[in-house]
Amino acid sequence: MSNLVDIRDLNVRFTGERTVYAINDLNLSLGQGEVLGLLGESGSGKSVTLRALMRLLPKKRTAITGSIRVAGQDVLALDDEALSTFRGQTVSMIFQEPALALDPVYTIGDQIAESVMRHEGKSKREAMARALEMLEVVRIPSAKRRLDAYPHEMSGGMRQRAMIALALACKPKILLADEPTTALDATVQIQILLLLRELQREFGMSVIFVTHDIGVAIEICDRVAVMYAGQTIEQGSLRDIVREPQHPYAQGLLASTVHGAKRGARLETIPGAPPSLDAKPVACSFAPRCAHAQPRCSAGLPPEVALGPDRMARCILAEPAAAVG
Amino acid sequence: MSKAVSAIAEVEKFEPIEDIGGAAQPLLHVNGLTKHFPVRGTGLFGGAKTVRAVDDVSFSIAKGETLGIVGESGCGKSTTARLLMHLMPTTAGEIIFDARQVGRELSLRELRRGMQMVFQDSYASLNPRLTIEESIAFGPKVHGMSDASARALARELLGKVGLRPENFAHRYPHEVSGGQRQRVNIARALALSPRLVILDESVSALDKSVEAQVLNLLADLKREFGLTYLFISHDLNVVRYISDRVLVMYLGEVVELGPVDDVWDQPAHPYTRALLAAMPSSDPDRRTEVPPITGDPPNPIDPPAGCRFHPRCPFAEALCSQAKPKLSPIGDSGHQAACFMAIPGSGHSRAP
Repeated sequence: MSNLVDIRDLNVRFTGERTVYAINDLNLSLGQGEVLGLLGESGSGKSVTLRALMRLLPKKRTAITGSIRVAGQDVLALDDEALSTFRGQTVSMIFQEPALALDPVYTIGDQIAESVMRHEGKSKREAMARALEMLEVVRIPSAKRRLDAYPHEMSGGMRQRAMIALALACKPKILLADEPTTALDATVQIQILLLLRELQREFGMSVIFVTHDIGVAIEICDRVAVMYAGQTIEQGSLRDIVREPQHPYAQGLLASTVHGAKRGARLETIPGAPPSLDAKPVACSFAPRCAHAQPRCSAGLPPEVALGPDRMARCILAEPAAAVG
Repeated sequence: MSKAVSAIAEVEKFEPIEDIGGAAQPLLHVNGLTKHFPVRGTGLFGGAKTVRAVDDVSFSIAKGETLGIVGESGCGKSTTARLLMHLMPTTAGEIIFDARQVGRELSLRELRRGMQMVFQDSYASLNPRLTIEESIAFGPKVHGMSDASARALARELLGKVGLRPENFAHRYPHEVSGGQRQRVNIARALALSPRLVILDESVSALDKSVEAQVLNLLADLKREFGLTYLFISHDLNVVRYISDRVLVMYLGEVVELGPVDDVWDQPAHPYTRALLAAMPSSDPDRRTEVPPITGDPPNPIDPPAGCRFHPRCPFAEALCSQAKPKLSPIGDSGHQAACFMAIPGSGHSRAP
């Protein structure tokens, strides 16, 4: 079985006034029909990973090394023509803020139709019919009328549905979702999550879902990769990560959620702040904040310890567990 | 918290404004608070419309208590906070701070001494051209403290919120992280020794691990300074953790109010039930299967007549669109809900 997405030793460095080592030796894979969650805090490299996968990062200021293979294609080698076919048809993306991602001067119908005409060479009429079909798929009420609506005429939840319709219009194999429910109200968020779950099953898509909210990950993901300082520090099935996190950062992140905490009891916190990433990490990035840090942790990069099929933790503490298992 | 700071000799501080009513008098009592915004209608002859952002809201906060306000965007929770702080004029209603009516017995200047606010956007709420120390010292100076004393107070408060003054006092807001900036905003809010602090989505923009640090800090400060909090958030987990009582708003009105455990364990209003059910699951084996409510929160322009929730309510009956249910007690714990299903003999088929 080959993976739909295979990212090996990916490094992304932003240059300019100051240099930021945003992604450092990242390995990630995505199987057919799988929903992978990228979980982490701001600056951990979740969104940069998605953007690198779609080659959306500004060329002049970004240095990318390593390999990204999607459905057998070498993404980093694609020319402009191939890239624009790749975007939309193979991989498509939805964003946190639909008001900014949609074009304010075109109607929803026109925007969806444009993408269908570009990728599938359909006529305007056929494309509009597809647009209508898509709006119905994402359950926008009175879809026919909404075809002629501009983004500003819709509510936040409706706009997010419209963006999903646009992203799925050409039946991409992979959907990249960058915190698509973060800006929504609670009762709308759950509707969008359930819709995405249903569409994923219906279309048989693979999804990479970026979120900082563990609750959201629980609702939608099959597998989770926890990110810190531009690396995945732990990967595994959703159940394993939620129930038995191995890496101290993953443990801290799960413990610091307020969910179910007793009133008056102190919340567990991770002391300190994430590193600034102005140099490439040469040791465990989490060691300065880690309660279990040993001299070894600051001496070199921690190994990727395999804890079972499809389960990994990048921490020396995981080694004994791997030996037993 | 830094030990070095407490060793500094006497720092001049404001005395909290006088406690008048004693422990039984609520620190804040709000009666019939209302805010309507006129807006232009659509089209040339659309006529004027009204956004009923906050409509006849009444509640009180006891001394030393934390009251949480929850609701979705457009429900009026932030407008309520702004009205309390007098950042905008009210359309109607009275605000009574410790037995003194604001605007009559209590001047705005005194109110600002007694009540302070921390906003969601930590960057937008600090002056980018003032250092952190200057920002914190600004309020005390306006209230008549000398420059040197105000700066000494600012440094002491920085220590209290867990920022070493020698590292942070002379930095500018853009030079510190979001979590640290929110600590600065908290220090600034405390500079006038307020008794009530309004926290409007103050931890919402922070990362989870930082959010937990700030929540712990808020608990410490509350104990140390004997504060009362009004905590506004859309995050139900956070509200449950920090609040003693909770107030649920929908389209500018209070739909449910009560001790936080009562509301969580036995939500009486269908909207509260939907809101609680919409929280993502914490168990991978028990995911949410059916959305508890469909559609988006409606626009507060010209809200529906009767109970404002009736167009989305699965239990709505003819009665609900005709009359407005009053906030009525359930049991004797102070739990109240504005729903005909909770009012005995209201005429709703599910009423007790």
